[in-house]
Amino acid sequence: MKVLVIAEHDNHKLAAATLNAISAAQQFGGEVQVLVAGCDCAAAVSEAGAVQGVAQVLSANAAHYRDQLVENLAALAAGLVRDEGFNAVLAGGSSFGKNLAPRLAALLDVAPVSDVVSIAAPGRYVRPIYAGNVMVSVESDEPMQVLTVRTTAFEAAAAGGNATLRELSPREDLGVSRLVGRELSKSERPELTAARIVVSGGRGLSSGEKYREVMEPLADRLGAALGASRAAVDAGFVPNDYQVGQTGKIVAPDLYVAVGISGAIQHLAGMKDSKVIVAINKDPDAPIFQVSDYGLVGDLFEMVPELVAGLAVQ
Amino acid sequence: MKILVPVKRVVDYNVKVRVKSDHSGVELSGVKMAINPFDEISVEEAVRLKEAGIASEVIAVSCGAAVCQETLRTALAMGADRAILVETSAELQPLAVGKLLKAVAEREQPQLVICGKQAIDDDANQTGQILAALMGWGQATFASKLLVDKGTIRVTREVDGGLETLELPLPAVVTSDLRLNEPRYATLPNIMKAKKKPLDVIPAADLGVDIAPRLRHLQHAEPPARKAGVKVADVAELIEKLRHDAKVI
Ligand SMILES: Cc1cc2nc3c(=O)[nH]c(=O)nc-3n(C[C@H](O)[C@H](O)[C@H](O)COP(=O)(O)OP(=O)(O)OC[C@H]3O[C@@H](n4cnc5c(N)ncnc54)[C@H](O)[C@@H]3O)c2cc1C
Repeated sequence: MKVLVIAEHDNHKLAAATLNAISAAQQFGGEVQVLVAGCDCAAAVSEAGAVQGVAQVLSANAAHYRDQLVENLAALAAGLVRDEGFNAVLAGGSSFGKNLAPRLAALLDVAPVSDVVSIAAPGRYVRPIYAGNVMVSVESDEPMQVLTVRTTAFEAAAAGGNATLRELSPREDLGVSRLVGRELSKSERPELTAARIVVSGGRGLSSGEKYREVMEPLADRLGAALGASRAAVDAGFVPNDYQVGQTGKIVAPDLYVAVGISGAIQHLAGMKDSKVIVAINKDPDAPIFQVSDYGLVGDLFEMVPELVAGLAVQ
Repeated sequence: MKILVPVKRVVDYNVKVRVKSDHSGVELSGVKMAINPFDEISVEEAVRLKEAGIASEVIAVSCGAAVCQETLRTALAMGADRAILVETSAELQPLAVGKLLKAVAEREQPQLVICGKQAIDDDANQTGQILAALMGWGQATFASKLLVDKGTIRVTREVDGGLETLELPLPAVVTSDLRLNEPRYATLPNIMKAKKKPLDVIPAADLGVDIAPRLRHLQHAEPPARKAGVKVADVAELIEKLRHDAKVI
């Protein structure tokens, strides 16, 4: 059994999702190799080589891999899987993995499996459907298993490995899509999907200004990542990458604080596996209270500042 | 420029589904069905491109049973020009749908295919990417903005870190995200007009592609329900609970 993990990285650092995918790959019980395709990506290659459980890192270095454009990456990975006889290919269930894995699977003429949360054996998985309201067990006899894994369901693989490195020759540039630019949110806060505490704000915050005024001190106090409901993103309070939910990010922190969020099923899909959920909402019947461990009924504009002040006192 | 918009009939997003008692699937009888919300956004985008004089024709296509004609009528009422149903009562998985759509695309020769980024029933998020691979076309998934300029498109994508803008040659596949647009409501006159728009039915078997399911979906189960917790009286009690009971801060 040979398992390939496709690394997500920015040529310098691996994305956290790759570490979750590596630990999922280890559950196949075979040899785990990691593909790092990029340009001047030696740092990412050596980081991958130092992850526990990785036997070999395959690196492909070319200008046309720099921007991680999917057409070139999928073609490279498909060729590699065929030529070297990989039995399974995994990627993290991030926007990178979701974009890539189905394209790769189609090039190999196999059915991909998305968002796997548990691996019983190679070809036997569990995944959520219907916004996480149903868990389905899936069996696949495909000769090459292609899957994305939900990052919250697998521990991040630790450092401490010592993989061999092998350089691959790049494939030709397909010259299909071209990167025009990126507007990436910069933040000193922990990354949303990997944070131990997440504080999320919804439509109840009423504006972007109020969101920042109310939510940032709470996040600062708790060392938390900031999240939001779709309604708050659609209304322009915060950027799109804050969205938690069925169609946004999936989080499962130790503590999730939902502020002015009603608790629509599409939102719950993204956070109901959190260990402890706190809801602050003025409507005592808001559905969010059905999943929260601690509910506080009241006006968030009073409650949150009071909470921030209270947390300052030991 | 022709635009092809695949649409799927799914359980309405407001419905909380139930698992059948024998765990073989999800209870669909008597459940409200609707066009997949992301596909609705795709139809809207295509119709706007037509209204802007950029697209010449918008073709909605659905793969599935005869009832999917309803979904296609919804797309027609929103402004699609004509519709195609690739009819089969067999179970269809995304790879099979990708192959059927490829066959339709080869007949229709669209310059652009706009899919929804995921269907809210199986949440697979695969079909657009699969179709792009099978056609050998570029793909821009999770689009929140789309600009067509002669032979190319510029697509802003919602990615985990923020936004990314790509330029692709046409033909291409785009998958739409929530913020691409806000779909219109079909007006009554347009719903009436849609009944007269052409809707072709092609038996899936006529397209000569292998649509046999590759995956077996066995046990369906509801996830363990979270038990509702307690309401706290005030902020002081909340802090007390978080510190001493839950021990998370
Ligand atoms: C296809 C599809 C995909 C979707 N995907 C997602 C997704 O990924 N993530 C997501 O979040 N949503 C998603 N949604 C949207 C979802 O259905 C809800 O519309 C959304 O989650 C509502 O956001 P909200 O709770 O902030 O707003 P609302 O439902 O409007 O709730 C606002 C809450 O704030 C409370 N409130 C107002 N003022 C105050 C105050 N002063 N003090 C205290 N409380 C106050 C109100 O009581 C209310 O409960 C999706 C919908 C569709 C159709």
